[in-house]
Amino acid sequence: MSTSSFFIPDPEGHVPNTEGYFGDFGGKFIPEALVAAVDEVAVEYEKAKGDPAFAAELNELMVNYTGRPSALTEVPRFAEHAGGARIFLKREDLNHTGSHKINNVLGQALLTKRMGKTRVIAETGAGQHGVATATACALFGLDCTIYMGEIDTQRQALNVARMRMLGAEVIAVKSGSRTLKDAINEAFRDWVANVEETHYLFGTVAGPHPFPAMVRDFHRVIGVEARRQILERAGRLPDAVAACVGGGSNAIGLFHAFIPDADVRLVGFEPAGHGVETGEHAATLTAGEPGILHGSRSYVLQDEEGQITEPYSISAGLDYPGIGPEHSYLKDTGRGEYRAVTDDAAMQALRLLSRTEGIIPAIESAHALAGALDLGKELGKDGLIVVNLSGRGDKDMDTAARYFGLYDGTDENGTEGENK
Amino acid sequence: MSNQGNIELLSATLAKAKSEDRAALVAYLPAGFPTVDGAIEAAKAIIAGGADVVEIGLPHSDPVLDGAVIQTADDIALRGGVKIADVLRTVRETFEATGVPILVMTYWNPIDRYGVERFTAELAAAGGAGCILPDLPVQESALWREHAAEHGLATVFVVAPSSRDERLATITAAGSGFVYAASLMGVTGTRESVGNEAQELVRRTRTTTELPVCVGLGVSNAVQAKQVAGFADGVIVGSAFVKLLLDAPDEQAGLAAVRALAGELAEGVRRS
Repeated sequence: MSTSSFFIPDPEGHVPNTEGYFGDFGGKFIPEALVAAVDEVAVEYEKAKGDPAFAAELNELMVNYTGRPSALTEVPRFAEHAGGARIFLKREDLNHTGSHKINNVLGQALLTKRMGKTRVIAETGAGQHGVATATACALFGLDCTIYMGEIDTQRQALNVARMRMLGAEVIAVKSGSRTLKDAINEAFRDWVANVEETHYLFGTVAGPHPFPAMVRDFHRVIGVEARRQILERAGRLPDAVAACVGGGSNAIGLFHAFIPDADVRLVGFEPAGHGVETGEHAATLTAGEPGILHGSRSYVLQDEEGQITEPYSISAGLDYPGIGPEHSYLKDTGRGEYRAVTDDAAMQALRLLSRTEGIIPAIESAHALAGALDLGKELGKDGLIVVNLSGRGDKDMDTAARYFGLYDGTDENGTEGENK
Repeated sequence: MSNQGNIELLSATLAKAKSEDRAALVAYLPAGFPTVDGAIEAAKAIIAGGADVVEIGLPHSDPVLDGAVIQTADDIALRGGVKIADVLRTVRETFEATGVPILVMTYWNPIDRYGVERFTAELAAAGGAGCILPDLPVQESALWREHAAEHGLATVFVVAPSSRDERLATITAAGSGFVYAASLMGVTGTRESVGNEAQELVRRTRTTTELPVCVGLGVSNAVQAKQVAGFADGVIVGSAFVKLLLDAPDEQAGLAAVRALAGELAEGVRRS
């Protein structure tokens, strides 16, 4: 693969309009104090897109630092549980830092340098975006502060330690639901006060324009590689591409290159938590309504008076009541399909992939794996699916160990040796 | 329309303060904090102490522009079950009891969800004078402004030290009532001092508009109020009042404290 194709900023179609709208979704709902800074990001990104030196520097990092292209792995033993459809995993878990997040972070870190800013802030849910951001800041010598909900600092303690090892300050956010939404609120408060020297390295395809389109462009490499790889390996396009959806960055990264392929279904799997009907979930597109959260109009989980409701998911990275505006657009146009997967289904899929293929996925990615099992059964033996394995599961071992009783060996339906 | 809001009362109130060679005192309080009735009593006490204009906050679950004090108050109000109907009742009862212009300050999503037409009609009917919507930038505000104007409500936009001159002109051309100049780059909350940025921003804003320019963010005491009154048409104080209510041992003590602070600030805004 030619390295010149890693950064593909000018996709055909799906460019937001000049106000940052994909159909009815997107825009720029931000306080006046941030308008100049957000405009600066947009202007600098436009300049960078046209600058071969920017693409060259990012490509060099993607090859020699991240380790792109990431592998495409067929998982036949796992696929036996999916009605015999063929399933391939796009291995973003094999990137440096262990998830897809590094793709966007390196792009925005280069942009930070171009803007002459010396400090970076970011939010993180599962800690993967925080770790990737702390990594890039170490690499480029930038000051780094990461906001993380207090509940998430507990359930993703390993990633807190990783961020601190990398030299970042990690601030546990104690307001609201003490998860990703509140970490973003606090990061915005920091940005308003320190915008002169600080770039907010936003971690998903939400937020005010230009973040949804820019973050998407930096992740677009996932789908471009996967499309080429599946054509080489299977000799045809897949019937469906599948990904988990929280804010939606890994999903849009995989989906985007397939949007013009009308026969390829784009299927996103949202966290149903304890079940959408229980109210304890974070299935924004399944159960939300259009509204404004964190700078753009998109589907949000809210009550009848526009108060954002508290989401729930076992997965810290998906535990968010909003969604990127381009996903809302894909849903409303019918080009994308969005379904919800419970905690339990995701955890079973996590264990199944571990025991059939020797790959421990992140709980986030396990939602897509669980969804792919059902999708495979629907497609039947001739089905072909590419699933984005957006991150590895090391960070989730404490949650998984408690869920399955691995610490004291009380795992009810699986013990050592059960690799069948 | 039968029910028109009180934008003209707001303009007349600010003009009267100017004719008295003083800045207007504008106070902020969230509805529903500590209770709906408690907030109404607090607003009346602040007006009795000397406030010219009151902004009633419509609490939001995600107040990204507010510091810890107002976040805490919003949280108490929402856990107490405050609804938009309660906010409108707070506006109506405070206005009916005092005759002072009352604005609503909130984030955009609650109004977007409630319905712009419905909200502007009901706010005007309650006697409201307008709204401050800090996360609704001018380029997204056309629908709001259309309905606000139809119902006689002011659209008060916020300008910031980072606002460039050409943007200031766009914002002030779209706004009405007054212009809210943020004294600094940051969220709500009390500060030790109000910096020179505020005076420079007011100067730049005045080159674009005849509207009164009121300064908010960080002002908490009479010394700061006097300083700001030296260059602005109004002094906006919020977190300092909310903090007194949060720290008060009981409701009566809280009311006495906010009334006393309003009195000190009302002295402070006099230029001579």
